[in-house]
Amino acid sequence: MAFFSGVVDRLLGRQQPLPRDLSFRDERSFVAQKHSCPSCHAHLEAGELENNFYVCPQCGHHYRINPAERIRTLVDQGSFQEFSQEIQSVNPIGFPGYEAKLGEAKSATGQGEAVTNGTATIDGRKVVLSIMNFKFMGGSMGSVAGEKLTRALLTGLEKQQPVILFTTSGGMRMQEGIFSLMQMAKASAAIAQLEMAHVPLFVVLTDPTYGGVTASFAMLGDVIIAEPGASIGFAGPRVIESTIRQKLPEGFQKSEFLLEKGFVDAIVPRPELKKTLAFLIDTHLNR
Amino acid sequence: MDQSEIQKKIQELQSLAQKNNVDIQSDVKRLQEKLVDGKMTPQDLWKKILLARNADRPTTLEIIHHISENFLELHGDRAYGDDAALVGGVGLLDGRPVTFLGHQKGRNMKENIRRNYGWAHPEGYRKALRLAKQAEKFGRPVITFIDTAGAYPGLASEERGIGEAIARNLRDFALLKVPVLAFIIGEGGSGGAIGIGVANEVYMLENSFYSVISPEGCASILLRDPNKAPEAAAQLKLLPSDLMAFGIVDGIVPEPDGGAHADHALTAAHIKTQILESLKGLEQKTGEQLARERMTKFLAMGRFSEEGGNKANFFQRLFSLNRRA
Repeated sequence: MAFFSGVVDRLLGRQQPLPRDLSFRDERSFVAQKHSCPSCHAHLEAGELENNFYVCPQCGHHYRINPAERIRTLVDQGSFQEFSQEIQSVNPIGFPGYEAKLGEAKSATGQGEAVTNGTATIDGRKVVLSIMNFKFMGGSMGSVAGEKLTRALLTGLEKQQPVILFTTSGGMRMQEGIFSLMQMAKASAAIAQLEMAHVPLFVVLTDPTYGGVTASFAMLGDVIIAEPGASIGFAGPRVIESTIRQKLPEGFQKSEFLLEKGFVDAIVPRPELKKTLAFLIDTHLNR
Repeated sequence: MDQSEIQKKIQELQSLAQKNNVDIQSDVKRLQEKLVDGKMTPQDLWKKILLARNADRPTTLEIIHHISENFLELHGDRAYGDDAALVGGVGLLDGRPVTFLGHQKGRNMKENIRRNYGWAHPEGYRKALRLAKQAEKFGRPVITFIDTAGAYPGLASEERGIGEAIARNLRDFALLKVPVLAFIIGEGGSGGAIGIGVANEVYMLENSFYSVISPEGCASILLRDPNKAPEAAAQLKLLPSDLMAFGIVDGIVPEPDGGAHADHALTAAHIKTQILESLKGLEQKTGEQLARERMTKFLAMGRFSEEGGNKANFFQRLFSLNRRA
């Protein structure tokens, strides 16, 4: 039914409204299997996404991407040099089943943790990157994520190069208990050092960014950019609905909502991001 | 019950038994087993959580009135409004001016509606930062009392940027050039707690807890059953003794027998003793030193492994940066 109405809408050149709960489905595997965009039902081959920044050419829906895909679509080819990948999670409070979960996440993503650090160039401009991965335990932030972010920030400070953080996270990693809560203060203390040294920090909020990540480094960029249609907030929508006992308005906690409320500087579509960041670097290092 | 309490109980029982000539060997044995084990059952631990949430515990304003003369509450964030769930102001502590901040719970339903059960909105955190910067400007130490289940998860809270408000506090409290002390006096709930918790020294009352998520939240997400909160509480390691062992907090402030609610004045007196003791050390330091030490304290937090182990190098780098700053 939805499929046919999608086809009709497309034939008539109408745009479909976004279904509300898209954010919690694996849209990429939907595209791979059904060859259509779950947002606008346009016919899509998986390869089409790769060649278009993982953005639907029809409706502009931004698919979630992992650090490798971010690097491929953003930085100058071959310029990315990963660092601090040797930092590994331990089970600091002896939480039952945590090692097993980490193992699963590692084999599912092929990555060591939810944050990837590196240096790279963007149209020839040197930058330090720290990129989160939602596929790794929901991008949850524990000691390793906190340490890696801190090292990315301090590397920027040492090299006097802009730092760019890409956020996507469900929040703090409960399995690390109080240690994970402290990572909020840790990353913010590192940003305080950048603040004193006038090293620019750019944050790119991507879908979804929640919890302690929103309540710390995600909101501390000198410039905060959001990708279109990303969900960004402190408490999750279900928690809020159960607190206030009413349905949340359409578009609540979307990038456009945050822009309207004054919490992001700009919404930048992924194909424009490289150009925008290059411009920001030029305007912020001009002293 | 902690170990010393069990020891006390055993002695009590034994002297009672001698006096009255009754056989209590089985009871003593049970208690001693508990002691050797050193482990609390989830039920014992849950009693502590309930004690930390006890509505009769001394609140922030009560503690302030007990320990300080002429406290004047200062209201408002100068941007949106005043938050009754997070209060602050100036007072004298043995004659010296200090700034107090803290979450404020109510004691009954009516008060709690006004205080929103100690769940603060963004304007509360922004007021806290305003008052902390005012304290810095006029060279006063900042003393915070943490007692919240969390920052308010509501529509208005999100619209006004609760994430941004807490984030800014985390960064800007780190930079303050005056002594900052934090006391967890009951519930230390997640981001709402650490939003006024970046301090040179952090203390916990004996019957308080400090956690990344509420035991109920953890139980419903990870154990898929909110009724398993006592079990989740045990797994989260959120008691003062755990946090001391982890090196996250600097000390535990004793409570009167039975808990803080049994004697507000005595609880406040213990807190005051700790404040004076801490300030004695911190007031010897320069503003730059205080900010640097506070940042370094939090930058060092976290446990992980690192092959090749250049953690030492990292800290050398860090300290050299600090010297430059």
